[in-house]
Parts: sequence; C-alpha cells; structure tokens
Amino acid sequence: MSEAIHTTVDAKGLSCPMPIVKTAQAAKNVPAGELIEVLATDPGSVKDFAAWTRSTGNAIVEQSEDGGVYRFVIKRA
Amino acid sequence: MTTETAAPAAIDADAETKLTEAIAAASQAEASTPGAQRQLVIINWSGEYDKVMPTLIMASVAAASGYKAQVFLTFWGLLPFVKDEKRITGENWMQKMLSTMQRPGISHLKMSKMNFLGMGPWMIGKLSQQYNVASPKELLEACQLMGVEFLPCQMTMDMFGLKREDMIDGLGEPVGAATVLELMTEERTASLFI
Repeated sequence: MSEAIHTTVDAKGLSCPMPIVKTAQAAKNVPAGELIEVLATDPGSVKDFAAWTRSTGNAIVEQSEDGGVYRFVIKRA
Repeated sequence: MTTETAAPAAIDADAETKLTEAIAAASQAEASTPGAQRQLVIINWSGEYDKVMPTLIMASVAAASGYKAQVFLTFWGLLPFVKDEKRITGENWMQKMLSTMQRPGISHLKMSKMNFLGMGPWMIGKLSQQYNVASPKELLEACQLMGVEFLPCQMTMDMFGLKREDMIDGLGEPVGAATVLELMTEERTASLFI
C-alpha cells in the first residue's frame, strides 16, 4: 500500500452534487487501500464527504482548508 | 488528473492473486452484511426544471453513495426523458398538440413557478452557469454513468403516444404501479414523490 496519492479529483468551483459524483466516478478506478485527493470549494462538501464516506465505507484520512479550498484525502475501501 | 503509482514489481503474481481474492471476499462480505443494499426510489411525476433537478441530484448522489437508485417516470415526469431533438411526439392530434404545449426533452424544462414565458428558466440557467451548477442534461448523464435506473410508466407512454425510439437511450423496461409499489416497500428503501 502506497501513501502516495493515486488519483486527484479537482472539483473546485463545482456545486452539489458534482464533487461527490465526480469523486465516486473516480473511485471506481482506484484500488482498495489507495488514496484519493479531492479539492473542492463548495463549503457543503465538508458535511457531504463525511456522509459519503460513512455510506460507502471509504475513510477520510486527512482534511484541511486553505483559502477557501477544501482538501480531503480519502482512503479507498 | 491521475497520478499513477509505480507498479509494485516486488509483488509476485501469486501474492497478487491472493490479494485480489481477499479484496473480492471482503467486498462480498460487505454486500452480505445484515440488511439488503440501501435503495432510493423516486417517483418523478413533474416535468418542471425545479423538480426534475432534485430528482436527478438525489438519484445521482444515491448511486454515488452505493445505493441502488431507481426513478419511476410518470405523467409530466416522463417528458424530460424524450430525446431532446424530438419536437412533436404522439400519434393523434391531441398528443401532438400536448407536445407543442410542453416541449419534451431534458434541455427544455419549464419552471413550476415564475416561468414568465421563459424568462425564469433563462435566468436560472444564467445563475447556474455563474455558480457552476450542473445542468439537468449533465446531471442526467451523471445519473446514467453512475447506474441510476430510469423506469418509464407504461400507461404514460401510451397516453402521450410515446414510442421507445422517442425516448433517450438507456431507459429500463416500461413498468406499472405494482412494480414501483414493490420497490418502494422493500427493506432499507427511501421513497420520494417529486
């Protein structure tokens, strides 16, 4: 298992539901245990990604905000 | 943007097979955890922009979250799922006239409020662009890509004189109320009428 980012999803500027939909689409091609990085500017994505990971079993391993850009690192289940 | 990691050369083929098997077993175990897969069933009755949008948003997110998402398309709610390029649909004059009064297709939705001869949808379209909100067409494509199942209502198809070739590709078989009722009352199912 590598700690490097496997796939980055740039969802900056996108509104609900596209950050989640794009991440789910990208996740299909990410093997279990690998990391997905998501960049989003939708403030609602903080709660939405928490809910999405609970629903799908994926895990947020890192989360930060910098200048209005939210960054989530999600480990693929 | 995809960053490919270097191939794990050290892992031999045998270990890789075992790993694949373990992952398959784990995902199977996940699927067979108590209770069936969660489902979202939406009865999409309205053909208006401000109602088709929540249908498509909820369905796409449900599918993205691992739910089985099914959308029953009935009455006015079937018309957005006619191909955009179809102008007049139906066989008799009344059906044809109805399709001129409400142009079918996902790109021709009116608003339930403040339509004002198209001013409302135009302004909403502009605002959507400005705030990067996906269009109904984009959301529909996302739904289909994520595996949302769209089930046309047979009775509505007959009443509006719609044929399978009038409809967009990828729709399920036309069904009736009994099928939808069964879906709605399955375990771990949320049902919405929009």
